[in-house]
Amino acid sequence: MSADLLIDVKHLRKVYGKEERQTVALDDVSFSMNSGDFVAMMGPSGSGKSTLLQLLGLLDVPSAGTYFFEGKETTHYSGKQLARIRNEKMGFVFQAFNLLPKTSVYDNVVLPLLYSKIPSSHWKERVLSAVDSVGLHHRLHHESGMLSGGEKQRCAIARALVTDPAIIFADEPTGNLDSKSGQNIMEILRGLHEKKRHTILLITHEERIAQYAERIITVRDGLIERDVLL
Amino acid sequence: MKLSFAFRTAFVGMTRKKTRMVLTILGIVIGIMSIILIQSAGAGAQELILGQIRGLGSRTIFVEPGREPQGPSDFSAFLTDSLKDRELDALLTKQNVPDLEDMTPFVMIPGSVSAGSQTTQATTIGTSELFGTILDIYPNQGDYFSKEAIEAHASLALIGDTVREHLFGVSDGMGEKIKIKGHLFKVMGVFAKKGQIGMIDVDHAIIVPYTTAQKYLTGTDYYQALMGRATSEALLETVVDDVSRTLRDLHQIEDSSKDDFHIITQAVATERVKTITDVLTALLSSIAAISLLVGGIGIMNMMLVSVSERTREIGLRKALGATSGDILFQFLLESLMLTSVGGLIGVGLGAGISYLISLGLTRFVSVNWTYTFPVSAAVVGLIVSAGVGILFGLYPARQASRKSPMEALRYE
Repeated sequence: MSADLLIDVKHLRKVYGKEERQTVALDDVSFSMNSGDFVAMMGPSGSGKSTLLQLLGLLDVPSAGTYFFEGKETTHYSGKQLARIRNEKMGFVFQAFNLLPKTSVYDNVVLPLLYSKIPSSHWKERVLSAVDSVGLHHRLHHESGMLSGGEKQRCAIARALVTDPAIIFADEPTGNLDSKSGQNIMEILRGLHEKKRHTILLITHEERIAQYAERIITVRDGLIERDVLL
Repeated sequence: MKLSFAFRTAFVGMTRKKTRMVLTILGIVIGIMSIILIQSAGAGAQELILGQIRGLGSRTIFVEPGREPQGPSDFSAFLTDSLKDRELDALLTKQNVPDLEDMTPFVMIPGSVSAGSQTTQATTIGTSELFGTILDIYPNQGDYFSKEAIEAHASLALIGDTVREHLFGVSDGMGEKIKIKGHLFKVMGVFAKKGQIGMIDVDHAIIVPYTTAQKYLTGTDYYQALMGRATSEALLETVVDDVSRTLRDLHQIEDSSKDDFHIITQAVATERVKTITDVLTALLSSIAAISLLVGGIGIMNMMLVSVSERTREIGLRKALGATSGDILFQFLLESLMLTSVGGLIGVGLGAGISYLISLGLTRFVSVNWTYTFPVSAAVVGLIVSAGVGILFGLYPARQASRKSPMEALRYE
């Protein structure tokens, strides 16, 4: 196993429903990803890419297969262990931003730290650094509900960065944004990858957005159709 | 999660919908407030009655005819003639009750009295000069009648302040004549305003020799009570035993359950009043507690709605690393804070309103009402309201904590 192998999944399968009402969302997916990679996962809606992200983000458990994260098999982990890995090792950016609307940018960004083991004396410094890296320091005490779409997503990226995770999962981060804001968000993600070597797994259905990554995995009907290095 | 942040998160969650929050905690506020009001009123009433009983003095005993009254409508005591001169003489015999210091009979005649054209309602009490010694009540003008006056059936009277005011206005009334049941009495003493002492409202009382009362007012030869005093508080029990034994011997009673008299001491009266007021207070409080239950259901309802509305938030928190325990704790804390705030407001309002009531009673109704803040009820109320929060918040909090992060995030 390579020293910087971060994600290694083998024969991953996810089936929803029971008996005759079963839907196969993912069917025998195997792939791996190293630390420092910027991977885009593409595919039309219903292809299984979001399901794959949920499994990789430890938000859901696979029906079959193995998932090694940082060399450790995760499929038998307890809810508490999964929560700890999500908190310490993973950052999430969602299409719908998922901010707490009536709280400030600061309070949104600090959220993952509330559940972490990082001492509270370091929180402010971490939040400021994360907010700085997305250029949102001038909005620190603004209510998140009052921000523009692009700013909301930048706030969400700062929240994903605040624990200094091993990987950032970005699920259609530009899906709710106009093209200019979307481009801006992608520039930020690319900057994080290029300057700070952040590992990013991006989910998108747009070819244009996927082009920001170094590698594009195309998923169709629950299977990996193509895996291309750019 | 750090506790201070947990409180902050719960506070933000709780105050998300302010009107709904206020309406929800109203149930708890009203429940706790009612309990505090009832407890405070109960304690105040108890204190009022106990204060009057304390006026009897700790070594005073009352012997009343008939068995112990079984309830407020039990008039047997008034209709029994088991206490007469013979009984009084027997009790005053040193060999029978060596530790009895004084004893005086009571004949009570309620009704109207008049002086000239003025008429008022009063209670005429036929007793002896020992009435003053035992109860420590002395007139501020004139004096009690002498033993000789009692033996001579003298028509002399001491009058309370209200009686004096109604009959004689600003005059002290000394030496004036008053008419009770057609018989004229000469006023030889006047009391200053004294209020209630023991069971006697001195201001509305007229004290006359018991012999005179029996001869001219009741036409009977029995007493309605004998009031005595033990030589010391420690010997009160001995006096009670000796009085009982003497009267049983005199009336040839072998079975104490067939006694034709009963004895009341300050301790017995205090105990009885305490029992009655405590039972009443507990009963009323338990009725008020039902509103807490209703309040609790309101809290549960609001928390369930809140959990449902915040499904995405729960999903997000879980995605960011919150464990099920963290979510459970957050919602439980929110519910606990809601009911505790309700409890605190309830205690404050209850204490405030009962204080105002006591002020009103003292100022406008002239009742000597002592304001009592029921500390134990307040503490219990706060604990109970917190308990209600935990109990009724547990189910919604569990619902919240069980949500899968992925499903919660997908929730629309």
